[in-house]
Amino acid sequence: MEIFALFDCIISPACLISQTAGGLKIGMLLFLVASGLTLVFGVLGVINFAHGALYMLGAYFSWQVMAVTGHFGLAVICGAIGVGIFGLLFERLLINKVYNADLLVQILLCYSVILILDDLVMIIWGDEFLSGIGVPEVFQIPPLFIFDAIIPPFHIAIVVISMIVALLLWLIMTKTKFGKLVRATAVNPKMLEALGVNTNVIKAGVFMLGSFLAGLGGALAASLGSVVSGMGNSIIIESFIVTVIGGMGSIGGAFIASIIIGMARSFGAVAMPLFTDGIMFLIMVLVLIMKPEGLMGKKK
Amino acid sequence: MGFLKQDNFKRDVFLGIVVWLFLLLFFFIVPSAGIHDIIQKVFILGLFAMSLNILIGYLGLIAFGHAAFFAAGAYTLGLFLQSNVVNILGSLSIPIAIISAIFVSTVLAAFIGAICIRLKDIYFSFLTLAFQMLIYSIILALVNITGGDQGLMGGFPKPPFLGIDLGKPFDFYAFTIFISIITIILLRQLIESPFGYGLRMIRDNPERPAALGFNNQRHKLIAFIIAGSIAGLAGSLQALLDVGAYPEWAFWAKSAEPLFMILLGGMHSFLGPIMGAFIFEMLNDFVTANTRYYGLVLGLVILSFVLGLRRGLLDWLLIKFYRK
Repeated sequence: MEIFALFDCIISPACLISQTAGGLKIGMLLFLVASGLTLVFGVLGVINFAHGALYMLGAYFSWQVMAVTGHFGLAVICGAIGVGIFGLLFERLLINKVYNADLLVQILLCYSVILILDDLVMIIWGDEFLSGIGVPEVFQIPPLFIFDAIIPPFHIAIVVISMIVALLLWLIMTKTKFGKLVRATAVNPKMLEALGVNTNVIKAGVFMLGSFLAGLGGALAASLGSVVSGMGNSIIIESFIVTVIGGMGSIGGAFIASIIIGMARSFGAVAMPLFTDGIMFLIMVLVLIMKPEGLMGKKK
Repeated sequence: MGFLKQDNFKRDVFLGIVVWLFLLLFFFIVPSAGIHDIIQKVFILGLFAMSLNILIGYLGLIAFGHAAFFAAGAYTLGLFLQSNVVNILGSLSIPIAIISAIFVSTVLAAFIGAICIRLKDIYFSFLTLAFQMLIYSIILALVNITGGDQGLMGGFPKPPFLGIDLGKPFDFYAFTIFISIITIILLRQLIESPFGYGLRMIRDNPERPAALGFNNQRHKLIAFIIAGSIAGLAGSLQALLDVGAYPEWAFWAKSAEPLFMILLGGMHSFLGPIMGAFIFEMLNDFVTANTRYYGLVLGLVILSFVLGLRRGLLDWLLIKFYRK
C-alpha cells in the first residue's frame, strides 16, 4: 500500500490534475454504459447482464464501419445506432419473454446471450485483439499542459460528449412526452395500458435507448483501446457497481456514482495499484450495507 | 429434529455404497483417464452446485457470490499444504488440510452471510457478488501469499494417509467420490429434516413461519453457512485435483457455473444439480473436442433450457414420468 504516493500526488498540482482528469474520463465513459443499465432496470425491472456484451458489440460495429469508411464520427454513430437496433431485436425476441420471470431466469437468459455473442464476434472478426479505431485527426494535436499535467484533448472531448449525452438523457426523461410515458411505465404500466398506451412500445424503446448508450460507450472505448471478445465482462461489473451505488434505476445517481468510481480508480491506481478494483467493490459493499437503496434510489 | 433418524437414511447409505462400489468397478472396466477425470469433476462440481441449490432451490435466495467459498476452500488447502506444517503433521496433513479448508470457508460464510441475509432479492444477489469480487481483488493483491493472477503455483505435497495416496489416480478417484457421496447423504438428511422443510416454508411464504415463531433470519444464515462450507469442501477437492488454486475460481463467472448446472439439472429435485454437473461436464468434454466455440454451444443450450424446457432435465423427467 502506497499511501505516501497518494499524499505526494494530492499535494502536486500536476499529479492531482492529471489524475482528476483521468478519473473524469473513466467515470464519464462508465456513465454512458451504466446509465443504460440503470434505465433498463428502472423501467423494465430487468437486470440486463448482457449489457456488457452490447458494449462490446458497439466497439466491433464501430471498428467495422471505421475499416470500411475511415470516418471516425460515422463509425461511432453507426456503432451506437447498430447496437440500438440489435437491442431492439434482443428485446422483442428474448427479453420480453422473461419480464415477469424469476431473477434467476433473467440472469441465465442474459448470460447465455453473453456466451453466444462473445463467440460470435470471434467467429466474425477473429479472436485476435483488433487495434482500436484510434483518435480522430482533429484531436491528433499535442496534449494540453495544465500545471505540467498532460491532458490529451481527446479525453476532454470524451468527457464533453458524455456530459452532453447525460444532459440530453435528462431532458428526454423530464421534458418530453416520451420521458413522461417512460416514467409512468416504471411506476404503473397497468394503468397506462388502461389509458390506451401501448407499453410494449415504450419498453422496447427504453431497451433500445439503453442498448444505444452501451453501444456508444463501446464505440468510444474502441477509440481509446483495443477491441476484443469478452471486453464487456469487466465493464458490466463496473456498471453494476455504479448502478448499485447510485441507486437502482436512478440516472442522476448513476452520474454521481460514475464520477466516484472514476476517481476511485484513478487515485486508487496511485495509492494501491494492485487493489484498484478492490476499492470499488469495497465501496459497493459499504453502500449496500449502509444504504442498500443507493445514494439516490427510492426506498423500497 | 429427526436428523439421521429418518427411514430413508438407511436406504440412502445403502444406495450410496452401491453407487460408490459401482464407480470403483467402473474404474477398472473403463480404463480411460479422461473418463475418470470427468466423473471426479462431476462429483466436485456437483457438490458445488448442490450446495448453492440449498439457497436457490430450497430457500429462493439467488446467491451470486458462491464461488468465494469455493476459492476460499481451494486456497486454504493449497496454502496449508505448501506451508511447513506438513513436515510436522506428516500423514495427517491431508485430512487436516481439508478440515481447515472447510473451517475457513465456514467462517467466511458466517461473516458474509450474516451481512447479506439482511437484504432481499436483487440487493442480496448484488451484495454476495460484491463480497465475492472483493475477495477476488484481495487474492490478486496479495501476490506474495497467493501468487496473484498466476495462482498458487509450485504444487504441494500430498502425503499418504490411512493407506490412501492421493498421488495415485485410483486413490484420488475413490476418495473424492467417497467424500462426495457422504456429503450428499448428509445433505439429503438436512433437506428432508424439519429444518429443510422450514427452508421451503420461508421460500414459499415467509410470513407464515415467522408467525409460527420461526426465526427466519437464523434459518437463512444457517443454510448460508452450510452452503458455504460444502462449497469450501468442493474447492479443496478441486485444489487437490489440480495441485494448485487459481484466482479465476473467485471471479464472478465461476459463480455462474453452478447456476448453469442447477438450471440444466433442475432446482426442485434433490439430485438435479449433480445431474446438471454431469450434463455440463459432458457438454464441455464433447464440445471442446469438436469446436473452439464452446461458449456459443453452451449459450444455445442454456437458452433452449430457459425458453424451451423452462426447467431442469431431472425436474422435467420427474414431472413427466413420476409426479403425474
